[in-house]
Amino acid sequence: MNNQQQEIFEQSVGIRRTVGRSIAALVGMFAFAFALVPLYDAFCRLTGINGKVDTTAQAFVHESVDESRYVTVQFITRGSAGLPWKMDVETQQVRVHPGQPTEVDFTFSNQSDQSNWGRAVPSVSPSEASPHLRKMSCFCFAEQQLQAGEKLTIPLVFQLTHELPEEISTITLVYTLYPVKNRVSQLSSQQTQHAGGTI
Amino acid sequence: MAPKLPPTYPLEHSATTAAGSQAPTHHAPPRGLLRWLLTTNHKEIGSLYLIFSLIMFFIGGIFALVIRAELFQPGLQLVNPEFFNQMTTMHGLIMVFAAVMPAFTGLANWMIPLQIGAPDMALPRLNNFSFWLLPVAFTLLLSTLFMPGGGPNFGWTFYAPLSTTYAPPSTTFFILALHIAGISSILGAINIIATILNMRAPGMRMMDMPLFVWTWLITAFLLIAVMPVLAGVITMMLMDINFGTSFFSAAGGGDPVLFQHLFWFFGHPEVYIMILPAFGIVSVIIPTFARKPLFGYPSMVYATASIALLSFMVWAHHMFVVGLPLAAELFFMYSTMLIAVPTGVKIFNWITTLFRGSISFESPMLFSLAFVVLFTIGGFSGLMLAISPADFQYHDTYFVVAHFHYVLVPGAVFAIMAAVYYWLPKWTGHYPNERLAQWHFWLSVIGVNLTFFPMHFSGLAGMPRRIPDYALQFADFNMLSSLGAFLFGFSQLLFVLGVVLCVRGGKKAPAQAWEGAWDLEWTVPSPAPLHTFETPPVFKRPTP
Repeated sequence: MNNQQQEIFEQSVGIRRTVGRSIAALVGMFAFAFALVPLYDAFCRLTGINGKVDTTAQAFVHESVDESRYVTVQFITRGSAGLPWKMDVETQQVRVHPGQPTEVDFTFSNQSDQSNWGRAVPSVSPSEASPHLRKMSCFCFAEQQLQAGEKLTIPLVFQLTHELPEEISTITLVYTLYPVKNRVSQLSSQQTQHAGGTI
Repeated sequence: MAPKLPPTYPLEHSATTAAGSQAPTHHAPPRGLLRWLLTTNHKEIGSLYLIFSLIMFFIGGIFALVIRAELFQPGLQLVNPEFFNQMTTMHGLIMVFAAVMPAFTGLANWMIPLQIGAPDMALPRLNNFSFWLLPVAFTLLLSTLFMPGGGPNFGWTFYAPLSTTYAPPSTTFFILALHIAGISSILGAINIIATILNMRAPGMRMMDMPLFVWTWLITAFLLIAVMPVLAGVITMMLMDINFGTSFFSAAGGGDPVLFQHLFWFFGHPEVYIMILPAFGIVSVIIPTFARKPLFGYPSMVYATASIALLSFMVWAHHMFVVGLPLAAELFFMYSTMLIAVPTGVKIFNWITTLFRGSISFESPMLFSLAFVVLFTIGGFSGLMLAISPADFQYHDTYFVVAHFHYVLVPGAVFAIMAAVYYWLPKWTGHYPNERLAQWHFWLSVIGVNLTFFPMHFSGLAGMPRRIPDYALQFADFNMLSSLGAFLFGFSQLLFVLGVVLCVRGGKKAPAQAWEGAWDLEWTVPSPAPLHTFETPPVFKRPTP
């Protein structure tokens, strides 16, 4: 009988150990799921997949211009629900040489009768091109405020690197406008209600 | 090879309980509803799980029939598209989280302690808690259908931003329900691991355990690894919806594709959570009715473990069309195809077990054989989907619907039914009515194939999934699918009838109900008394 009690005791110690380890694994995996968010972001930025580009100004990397080939850079601008802005680009596409600094003007106009904050979020396609598209100056680096009816023209200055893969002859740069919601004081009550309605 | 005789085990423990003399530490169980609410007995909790799962199987089945009734003809006849979307979503959620997963947990509760010679689960009170979380979770989930704005309508995969920015207000309740169901699964998994690792009969090594126990052990590890990731994803959704974060919203610097990565990092192991225990059941039933030991037992264990490990490396094959780089497309294509190797090992082993066996075709065996054939069809269409250039054509079509229903319905669900017919004599002390069971089997096989086989063709022809209306050229295939679905659905009433009749009476079953069954559960009397193996049995390894 004593032997059996000993066995039961050992068993309960074993069970406690197993449960402890399982709970540790659980907590670890839950934390891992959240750790994946910054890891994913860092991974995409490092490899350039997902069309994410640096959102800080970069220096020119080349003085020379590679005149042996042309690359077409196309621009697409998209509005977004909840932000009554219009975004236009002076030209739909430009043909540039790698290494050649290029300036393109974008025009933002606030079509509402209130001032509000917005931000243009860029995306590059094909994604392999994104590390090779370097922006010296871009409106997308910061949030912007437009007064009611205001119209604003801001240039984008970019350069393609010489290392851009040979097979890429066309790059598409898409800007999508998004409202900036955390600047609550700037938002009209109507918009707040709209945001609340969609939950 | 000489036919193997079942090893004999000492039966004193069951003799004492059968006589009604329980150990003095046990109180008389409360009666009525409280008995079921407070029970900590693994057999009673197992039965609760199975009954709950059966009810949910019918609720999810009714949702499926609403879908199939609407799709019987082109055009909108019965429901509006908004409600149709809620039906596809709820059908998926209920079948995955409330029918298939609890059914396997119920079988685990009933059979694992019996198969390893343990008196109960390691943590009986926790076991009670994990079960009673489920009715709470799914009452909450089903109640969202009656809320303003309706229930979840974004598909069972709840991709953001469809499930965040554009979701109905009830989504927060959906998240809460899924959290509760997830906690239930996790607690169940911890309990199963603790039981298997610590409570095996003296002398039973890991490599002596029946394969149902092995596959459940591996499944439990998968649950512990991925259910917290699901909990993380839905927590992020909750914060995006209610607290202004932007994990999945591009406007605030988040990324909707991240949702898909996180979801499928959970989702792919999840589909193996729903199939590995089925492998275990079939690996127990086929040797019984072939009257031969399982061919290649160690390779079965290693194959199961390999499938589980590989399941963490293939998630992006669900996302071939989101714009993955070429290297990722190739990696996920080949790693997915690699899974066919351990799966092939399993199918080979089942067939080799049957080879020159002395086979009889009782209902559990019929369901298991149908499992092997039809699951393999589902596996092959999975291989077709793994070819990433081809997947661009198949993605989100009825071909995908055909694929996963072939692995889940004649796969997981048939295995559960096989297990029920196999173990009913142990649970109730009576054999199920074989004639009724055979009718159920043949109607189910015909119904399943009539429902899902035409979906391959409508999918290849380009019919998208999750739509309430479709182009006229798909009309014939859809009519066949709907007829099959109603046949399959209504033939499940025979299953319920068979189970009810078996509980109430029938041919008496001896302790060893099947001639070729030699696992430990067949050494206790049928029906199994409430308390078994209070003195651990002595495990004797069958000697070939």
